[in-house]
Amino acid sequence: MRSFRGGVHPPDMKHLSADAPIEVLAAPEQLVVPLSQHIGAPARPIVQAGDDVRVGQLIGEASGFVSAAVHSPVSGKVKAVTRTRHPLGNTVDALLIENDGQDRMAERVGEDNPNWRDVSPRDIVDTAMKAGIVGMGGATFPTHVKLSPPESKHIDTVILNAAECEPYLTCDYRLLLERTEDVIEGLKLLVRALTPPDAPPNRVSGIIAVEANKKDVFLKLQDMLQDKTNLLARLMPVKYPQGAEKQLIKTVLNREVPPQSQRGLPMDVGVVVQNVGTALALYEAVRFNKPLYERVLTVSGDAIDTPGNLLVRVGTSTEHVLKARGITDSASVVISGGPMMGIALSRLSTPVNKGTSGLLALSSSENWETMPCISCGACVRHCPMQLIPSKFSTLGDVGRYDETEHWNVIDCIECGVCTYVCPSRRPIVQHVKIGKAVVVPLMRARAEELRRQQEKEHG
Amino acid sequence: MPPDLQVSVSPHIRSQETVPRIMWTVAGALVPAGLVGLYVFGWRILVVVSLSVLSCIVTEAASLRARKLPLARLRDGSAVVTGVLLAFVLPPHAAWYVPVVGGMVAIGLAKQLFGGLGHNVFNPALIGRAFLQFAFPLQLNHAEWPYLIRRPLLEIFRGDVASADAIAGATPLAVLKDAPGEVFSGGWSFWDLFSGYMPGCIGETSSVAIILGGALLIALGYVNWRLPVAYLAALVAGVLLFPVAGADGALRAGLPAIFDGTYPWQNLAVHVFSGGLMLGAFFMITDMVTSPMTSRGQVIYGVIGGIMVALIRLYGGYPEGVCYSILIANGFRPMIDRFTMPPRVFGQRDIAAGGTS
Repeated sequence: MRSFRGGVHPPDMKHLSADAPIEVLAAPEQLVVPLSQHIGAPARPIVQAGDDVRVGQLIGEASGFVSAAVHSPVSGKVKAVTRTRHPLGNTVDALLIENDGQDRMAERVGEDNPNWRDVSPRDIVDTAMKAGIVGMGGATFPTHVKLSPPESKHIDTVILNAAECEPYLTCDYRLLLERTEDVIEGLKLLVRALTPPDAPPNRVSGIIAVEANKKDVFLKLQDMLQDKTNLLARLMPVKYPQGAEKQLIKTVLNREVPPQSQRGLPMDVGVVVQNVGTALALYEAVRFNKPLYERVLTVSGDAIDTPGNLLVRVGTSTEHVLKARGITDSASVVISGGPMMGIALSRLSTPVNKGTSGLLALSSSENWETMPCISCGACVRHCPMQLIPSKFSTLGDVGRYDETEHWNVIDCIECGVCTYVCPSRRPIVQHVKIGKAVVVPLMRARAEELRRQQEKEHG
Repeated sequence: MPPDLQVSVSPHIRSQETVPRIMWTVAGALVPAGLVGLYVFGWRILVVVSLSVLSCIVTEAASLRARKLPLARLRDGSAVVTGVLLAFVLPPHAAWYVPVVGGMVAIGLAKQLFGGLGHNVFNPALIGRAFLQFAFPLQLNHAEWPYLIRRPLLEIFRGDVASADAIAGATPLAVLKDAPGEVFSGGWSFWDLFSGYMPGCIGETSSVAIILGGALLIALGYVNWRLPVAYLAALVAGVLLFPVAGADGALRAGLPAIFDGTYPWQNLAVHVFSGGLMLGAFFMITDMVTSPMTSRGQVIYGVIGGIMVALIRLYGGYPEGVCYSILIANGFRPMIDRFTMPPRVFGQRDIAAGGTS
């Protein structure tokens, strides 16, 4: 099977939760719903303390094109506009909502729309925007933006990213297994949304890309897509980071998206990538008028009693989710997302958001002593972006972060492969993050200076 | 519920690979070559190897102490590997102070003075060897090298090169240098050359044992096969193509002789399978710290090294050139890095060719 260059094979640990069917987690008594659950401008709260809210009711409106609406995950009373911790560590505005446990639905939310198959591409994008749908793989980029490429970009393929290459995570696998048809309907909607009105209906194809460790799902998909001319399932080699956008597109279509330094986006090679959960959310929004206020996530790790896959309302605290499956005292690190790219949480009060694909509790308390780089080249050999990762850490060691620009630090996707393989246990990704923080402002200032000079020259 | 949470940047898991694991594996891969040395030269080599390793460890410990670094770093195994490699390029009958001084120079001068593990520019074992070459020329350069009379395989601990069981002869490369055409008249067969039954340094003689260890390192991903292959191929090309003086003293290129069928192929066999070439190709030039990181860089680096061996062996004063060839290649490494890194990033378009806007 064709694939990208580099990558690693960490133990996938999916056996812990792969066979656990999705269970609904009862919403807690209090939820803290962040107004920033996406990349872009935070939503603006449109309710006040004391207001009564229903499930699916708009409580925060998008404050720009690159922003996303936020809806109430429960019915009850808004207690306060407050601040909460984002998994990234910063604090963001949030609404504290007291759950009355009644699950009173907002108007029309959940109603089956009989004409849903006839919606226009325009309506689909509109619905994605109104329903507050964002990329649910973790990046949380607003879906309606991805579905509105400039006219100059000709999209010919939508890839549904079902690689789920992060160890432990099984939520996309469970969704594909349990809700196969609905996910396919979601993919069809994505394809339709990206088909220009004057183009033949088969111009855009939809590909569900699955890693070879989920063969059962692949076979099921293949069976169900047999008679479709523009939809198909693809099996990919098991390799991390198979689910990283650029690497996924390389594997599936053998096309290379230009790197960040050249402002490359999947649409430059005619591709839009969406996550399985996102496709399902779009289907539910279009057909049942259901905004995105809950999601399936994996609870796992060696410090969890009964790992599983849960349907959780956003705004539920991490602690509530972990306790539901039993967290042991041996837990020393709690991760939002997967172990390769996820974020180690500093507080268990951090609420689940639209991008939380997993909550892991690990007891690994290994103390990784950092040693000097022996230039073994493991990071170079495994880097899926063909960078020289060791340079970032050796330059960082002596504080020369500005020089990381020459070594293309901004093209790093922070997949963590270099740090995973490093025999000297060097925190390379950490150096990359600092390097980017130093280099990006320098590059911006230079671009600004260039612009000013050009303005001066041209009067 | 855990009282405290550990917070760190991703990734939160690590592979099993560690520096000690790499170093001890390299040391293990050297064992077959050492066993052949034991058979060919007798128990004396154990003294040389032990002294060399001990000297390296003590020098490493003293340096760590002086630099106020934890002595626990000794556990990384790098000093042991240097010690074994140094001993492997010494004569089996070297006096006790030869490996001791060599180890001190290898670790103290070539490694620790440059900043310790990961910071040395030149291969420590080879710097040690090069130093000894000048410091104790009589200990390292011999017209006759002792080796043991053949004995049953099981008796590897019986004899010693200083005993009556030993015979002595010039090394194949020396024979080649002084009297080309008489290489196989000394009683060796091609199999002797390949298996290592011939006079030479402690761990250098057995190509088959070294290739075995090298194959393990390649299979584990510690060595990129392109590097030893480039090094060996460049030496073969150099030996075949560079003009050499014939019996009448006139310089002749090898190429015409290959075409008219008069090329002395056994000379090539001596170049490839005797001397330090194999140990150099699989264990010296491939040293992680002192070799380039990209595949392209490693090929260029290997070719430079291989051509140097050919030049030194064909035109230099010494019959052997592996040690200096690799040290010279070490010196080229920063320049090779400069021209081969950073490589093209995934998806990077050539802007001049009209990349994306």
